[in-house]
Amino acid sequence: MKHAYWTVASAALAVALAAAPAAAQKKYDTGASDTEIKIGNTNPYSGPASAYGTIGKTIDAYFKKVNAEGGVNGRKITFISYDDGYSPPKTVEQVRKLVESDEVLAVFQPLGTPSNTAIQKYMNAKKVPQLFVATGATKWGDPKNYPWTIGWQPNYQSESRIYAKYILEKHPNGKIGILYQNDDYGKDYLKGFKDGLGDKAKTMIVSELPYETTDPTVDSQIVNLKASGADIFFNITTPKFAAQAIKKAADIGWKPVHFLNQVSSSVGAVLKPAGVENSVGILTTGYLKDQTDPQWKDDAGFKAFIAFMDKYYPEGDKSSSFTGYGYSVAQTLMQVLKQCGDNLTRENVMKQAANLKDLKLDMLLPGITINTSPTDFYPIEQNQMMKFDGTKWETFGPILSGEIGS
Amino acid sequence: MHQTIAAAPRAAPEPVVAGLPLRTWRTALLAATLLVALALPYFIKNFYVFQITMAMIYGIAILGLNLLTGINGQFSLGHSAFFGLGAYTTAIMMEHMGVSFYWTLPAAGLVCFVFGFLFGLPALRLEAIYLALATFALAIAMPQILKLSLIEHWTGGVQGIVLIKPDAPFGLPINADRWFYYLTLALGIALTACALNLVNSRSGRALIAIRDNPTAARSMGIDLSLYKTLAFGVSAAYTGIAGALSAIVIQFVAPDSFTFVLAVGLFVGLVVGGVGWIPGALFGGLFVLFVPNIAEHVSKGLAGAVYGIILLLVIYVMPSGMAGLLRLLVGRLGRIGR
Repeated sequence: MKHAYWTVASAALAVALAAAPAAAQKKYDTGASDTEIKIGNTNPYSGPASAYGTIGKTIDAYFKKVNAEGGVNGRKITFISYDDGYSPPKTVEQVRKLVESDEVLAVFQPLGTPSNTAIQKYMNAKKVPQLFVATGATKWGDPKNYPWTIGWQPNYQSESRIYAKYILEKHPNGKIGILYQNDDYGKDYLKGFKDGLGDKAKTMIVSELPYETTDPTVDSQIVNLKASGADIFFNITTPKFAAQAIKKAADIGWKPVHFLNQVSSSVGAVLKPAGVENSVGILTTGYLKDQTDPQWKDDAGFKAFIAFMDKYYPEGDKSSSFTGYGYSVAQTLMQVLKQCGDNLTRENVMKQAANLKDLKLDMLLPGITINTSPTDFYPIEQNQMMKFDGTKWETFGPILSGEIGS
Repeated sequence: MHQTIAAAPRAAPEPVVAGLPLRTWRTALLAATLLVALALPYFIKNFYVFQITMAMIYGIAILGLNLLTGINGQFSLGHSAFFGLGAYTTAIMMEHMGVSFYWTLPAAGLVCFVFGFLFGLPALRLEAIYLALATFALAIAMPQILKLSLIEHWTGGVQGIVLIKPDAPFGLPINADRWFYYLTLALGIALTACALNLVNSRSGRALIAIRDNPTAARSMGIDLSLYKTLAFGVSAAYTGIAGALSAIVIQFVAPDSFTFVLAVGLFVGLVVGGVGWIPGALFGGLFVLFVPNIAEHVSKGLAGAVYGIILLLVIYVMPSGMAGLLRLLVGRLGRIGR
């Protein structure tokens, strides 16, 4: 009898000892367990910005693929994505639902600058990660004030710093004319550009003209820019106005070195309406592989993307930049969760999101990698210059970075 | 459609339900609802407290719309503009003038009253659907006006303004969600009482007379333009106060928050609650907030279609909104009781 007692006791002790380190290794916050990781999201599936909803659908499809292939470190992803109709009050409601009712581990890729502004204070007060937000504004990389918020795509300022660098190198004596949209987006670009030019901004920029989104055309601005004698044109406009600017410049015979912001680099929505013959030679930058460009058809990363689309999102549009974007950002999250291992606390998720080193993704242009650190909350800061050859964008030159503060 | 519902149903003989007069039932129901409303925040998660607060805020806005459409018979598809104006009044006063939130509430009401009154002047010339169109134009224009660079310094442009939510005053031991729930509840009750008083007053009867027969009303000596513009002003003030509350509860205002989608939502809430029935606003508010969520829950891809089907069913089952449905139920119960 006594013998049995000791056996049981020592067995219990052994179990307790064995369990102790395991318990120390595995750490969970709300939204994570041995079998599941809950990730929340908001996207505009309805309303005026519903075209962006494709991004949410692509991400959802990508997590289906991850789960079908066994999950992340053995855990399945539960992706809960709600419609906010691009309306900030609805975003607040849906994100609170995600955090307080669905109890997700992190909110990933909420879309839109106003929507993310609306939830930023809340997320940081609650200490829930607001991961890889879907907006290009520069304010998302502010770990000092908002340690729970991190961006993803190249921000507007780092992009325009690249144009500035390029101009200083290739056209040091150029006279620059700028057309910009008069809001935070346009001003973000303008600031990065001037910072990039540094002391030479004052002498090189001969004219900078704003337009309002309510303006019917930008024709008069283009005429004035030509009259200012500018031989370099930095075109900070959204698609409709970009097409007008390109067309008008051609109509009045103004042929500057033309830099077009990435926002309007769509061939179908901008260059074709403006006339491809008017668009030849325009410069821009890119960071993702152009899905309509035949040069990638034998590329391994691109083929993996196509295979994913065929199997998990067959109704999706393979030529839309939104699917390529959603695929890439979902892959970034997967890397973060992989790095988290068995320590799935919100703190560790942010720590790993700020600890990405030379991460390569299928759809990033060769040479472009994702890097973050506790003081660098801008995952993608590299771009490559591209020139329009009449049918497609042709990448050229080295990978350029426009790190803020560099 | 508004002729079918009198503002305050006063049947000649007191109806009796299950042995007790209807009036007693109504008082009991009111007391029970109030008790539930007071206790509710302590039984549900903060997130639901927030949701119900938002539903009540939409309810207050719908109440304002009801005074205009249900009582006075003027259409508006532009109340999102007044809602936004109220929200921005609060945001700008808090951000740029350092005014405490509580003082911005009457200010938002006042600003919207003046604005609504002034908008009512040209609207006098427009009847029914033309007025609906004119107000719709206001709803479309509002987000763009808020983005104008001329006033960007005040409005924050597309970026909007982020607000800091004050804690409960006097050191009350409740969290912010619950505090704003109770504040909204108290304001909602006070504003409903004011609305009921207005409707049952001389001015209220004048408003209803204008709705039912403008020519007869004029011949009785009612100043049509004065009352119609006043109705616009009061309605806008109610909606403005709701907007001010939403600004602080959401803690953020931006032009994209006040699009015509909101105006249409308020209109739908009005019809679902019951045009001309004051308490219907609460049901309208609940519908505006929760039904899109239910639709999304049923099918994400077809959320819009599901919402449409629910709306059609609601209109079909209760053609005069919750007001009609309740009246029908009470009528049935009354018959069984006898």
